[in-house]
Amino acid sequence: MTVANPDATAALRAGPTEARAAEVRSHQMLSFVLGGETYGVDILRVQEIRGWSAVTKIPQAPAHVLGVLNLRGSIVPIVDLRMRLSLERVEYTAVTVIIVLSVHSGGVRRDFGVVVDGVSDVVDVNDDAVRPAPELGARAITDYIRGLVPVGERMLVLLDIDRLLGADAAHLDEPGRERAHGTHAAP
Amino acid sequence: MSLDLSQFHQAFFAESVEALDSMEAALLKLDVGSPDPELINTVFRVAHSIKGGSATFGFNEIASFTHSLETLLEELRAQRMPVSAAISDLLLKSVDVMREMLRAVHARQPLDAQRVADLQLDIELAIAQKSTAMPAKPNEPAAVDSCSWQIRFRPYAQFFARGNDPLRMLRELASLGTLEVHADVALLPALTELDPQACHMGWAMRLTGRIGEEALREVFDWATGDCDLAIERVSASGESPEPVPGMSGPRSEAQAAAAASESGSIRVGVEKIDELMNTVGELVITQSMLRQLGRSIEGAAADRLRFGLAQLERNVRELQESVMRVRMLPISFVFNRFPRMVRDLAQRLDKQIELKMSGEQTELDKTVLEKIGDPLVHLVRNSIDHGIEKPAPRVAAGKPPAGTVQMHACHRGGNIAVEVSDDGSGLDRERILAKARERGLIGVGDTFSDEQVTQLIFLPGFSTAAQTTDVSGRGVGLDVVQRNIKELGGKIEVQTEPGRGSRFTITLPLTLAIVDGQSVAVGRETYIVPLTSIIESLQLKAENVNRLSGRGEVFAFRGSYLPVIRLHELFGIEPRVRKLHEGLVVVVEGDGRRAGLFVDDLLGQQQVVIKSLETNYGRVEGVSGATILGDGSVALILDLAGLIRLTALRAAA
Repeated sequence: MTVANPDATAALRAGPTEARAAEVRSHQMLSFVLGGETYGVDILRVQEIRGWSAVTKIPQAPAHVLGVLNLRGSIVPIVDLRMRLSLERVEYTAVTVIIVLSVHSGGVRRDFGVVVDGVSDVVDVNDDAVRPAPELGARAITDYIRGLVPVGERMLVLLDIDRLLGADAAHLDEPGRERAHGTHAAP
Repeated sequence: MSLDLSQFHQAFFAESVEALDSMEAALLKLDVGSPDPELINTVFRVAHSIKGGSATFGFNEIASFTHSLETLLEELRAQRMPVSAAISDLLLKSVDVMREMLRAVHARQPLDAQRVADLQLDIELAIAQKSTAMPAKPNEPAAVDSCSWQIRFRPYAQFFARGNDPLRMLRELASLGTLEVHADVALLPALTELDPQACHMGWAMRLTGRIGEEALREVFDWATGDCDLAIERVSASGESPEPVPGMSGPRSEAQAAAAASESGSIRVGVEKIDELMNTVGELVITQSMLRQLGRSIEGAAADRLRFGLAQLERNVRELQESVMRVRMLPISFVFNRFPRMVRDLAQRLDKQIELKMSGEQTELDKTVLEKIGDPLVHLVRNSIDHGIEKPAPRVAAGKPPAGTVQMHACHRGGNIAVEVSDDGSGLDRERILAKARERGLIGVGDTFSDEQVTQLIFLPGFSTAAQTTDVSGRGVGLDVVQRNIKELGGKIEVQTEPGRGSRFTITLPLTLAIVDGQSVAVGRETYIVPLTSIIESLQLKAENVNRLSGRGEVFAFRGSYLPVIRLHELFGIEPRVRKLHEGLVVVVEGDGRRAGLFVDDLLGQQQVVIKSLETNYGRVEGVSGATILGDGSVALILDLAGLIRLTALRAAA
């Protein structure tokens, strides 16, 4: 399946291409804000950025899977990233956006939409600037963090979306799986 | 300049595999003893084109093998060798080996070189033995008297583009006898308009000599389908032309068919069609959004806008139907593999079987087509292995020694029905019961109606063949067939008459891409219930509903009590109504069980395009897929069998 990128993503991509050509070991990251922190995902995984719209709920889904949306003809599950990362929930507003990402797990590519507070910009990240995340205990989200990068005054948290969202996809395929009933209300 | 040939590999493999299918079909039709030359030509052409292609791409093993094969076929074509049963077997084996080689080369796996070499040796031996095995026929049969042939030859415009050279053909004809040629230049355009790459000329010829029609046809062999060709025999003295008995009729028909299939079709990847389907689906949604918008617009231009929108709606609908039709293929694609399978099985089991097929042109969606093959193979094997008896018992029972297996396909409403029937021994009631008891599938004292007995054969772990053969009865039984067919939304039925045979009927929806659905509302959600699973919708009165030991609710419907499925509870959503008599109950059926689906309201019926939830998410119990509604939102399509199962589990918990 080929998914064309919308203008938003294309514009974001178009800018710093020359920089990427110059430094081979640098990656472009799309940064977004979630609960005051700035996170980053590899921009090559970003399929689309779109505004929030009401989703269709899926029965027996984990609580952080809000439901599904129609994205140009394919049915894409939408994940509340705040809930997935055990952050405090907020009301969705006009700037709440969905980033559609392609997740690779178990040799399969799936598209997921993640709800974030807002998209910031595209940053170039050199591989040697990435610092490992400190251990924060067994149930911490460090499993899903590829590393931390200082960007100016801020710290960028690089997410490993394959592990973060691939886990959802993987456990869905297990037979006889147990799942919470989706009882949350869509805003 | 270096040309990357690998980009053509895919096309070569696809075409070769298809060509092998037609070669196999031709071989199966070939009568040992009196072979139809047209069939041998077909076989020869396949071998020749695979040889050419594989040599071009450097697949030397295939090229070498097909070269030997081609030599053998050349002998057969020139009637210097008879088509014996052994040769026919050898050719069929060659088809298998070539398939295997193509598969291996395609997958970049090593070839089974020994097997190829063995068969190639067999082929070469057969060629070498021809002189001793049978007296060789003279090249130019003496029986051919001197006669005249009237030949009318008009190449199509694209004749040169196919690598044909009319001059060479004329020269070749001239070498056969005395040739008079009249060129027909009536269609030659003015020089300023002449396209030098197109062929504008035709020829009328008269050829006299000791020439057989076969030799004549051979000259035009490679031009078949690229020209109009009429060959008539006129006697030497120039009297009225004699009809050529038997030959020209079917041959020209075959040529016409070949020409039609060459000029009338193109090869397109499935993903391109799927993409087209998706885009058309989007278009349908956009169109219905526009229609809703168009209703709310006022003003001078509003009428014209609405007229335009109505026109758009018609066009979009036609477009959608056309795209759907593109995906439809005749079931012959599946049927074609059976003659070979039946032949091999009959040989192995020492039975005489005649396979009759009808309705091969019945069309169905490609997705269904891909999934119907295995169940049919199973049923046909079942008929041959378990149904049809060996010749001796058949004769003893007053039946012809050869059994008949019949495959028939037809459209029945919005479904396709495929029947596999045989005139074998039928299902043996007592043996089925005995076996089922032995396997512990039923109790010793249980009694069954005939219909219930036939249902037993669909139970997992059931097989009545006294001995398990390698044909059927490998632990994979009819239960798998039934399950696969149910998963496709179809059903399988069996009728049987002891001593007279059985008939299995598979009914499947024509397409898995769309479904006729009833939209229902529960809370703020919309769900689609497939119309095929709905029996009726009704409003219950409070006093009609009973509670079973304080748990599940049941209501009386046509003499039996059905459980109520409360969708809002199962799916964890907030409904508008909770009391049964305030909403509606849709009586539904899934997997042979019935239940009442409790919903807030019925919305409307529509045909919806089925989208997979599993592509990006996963399987959801009670949901078979999703669709996109007119406003662009997603609605889930309910799987009633799953919901009924889920409700039963809940009640048991």
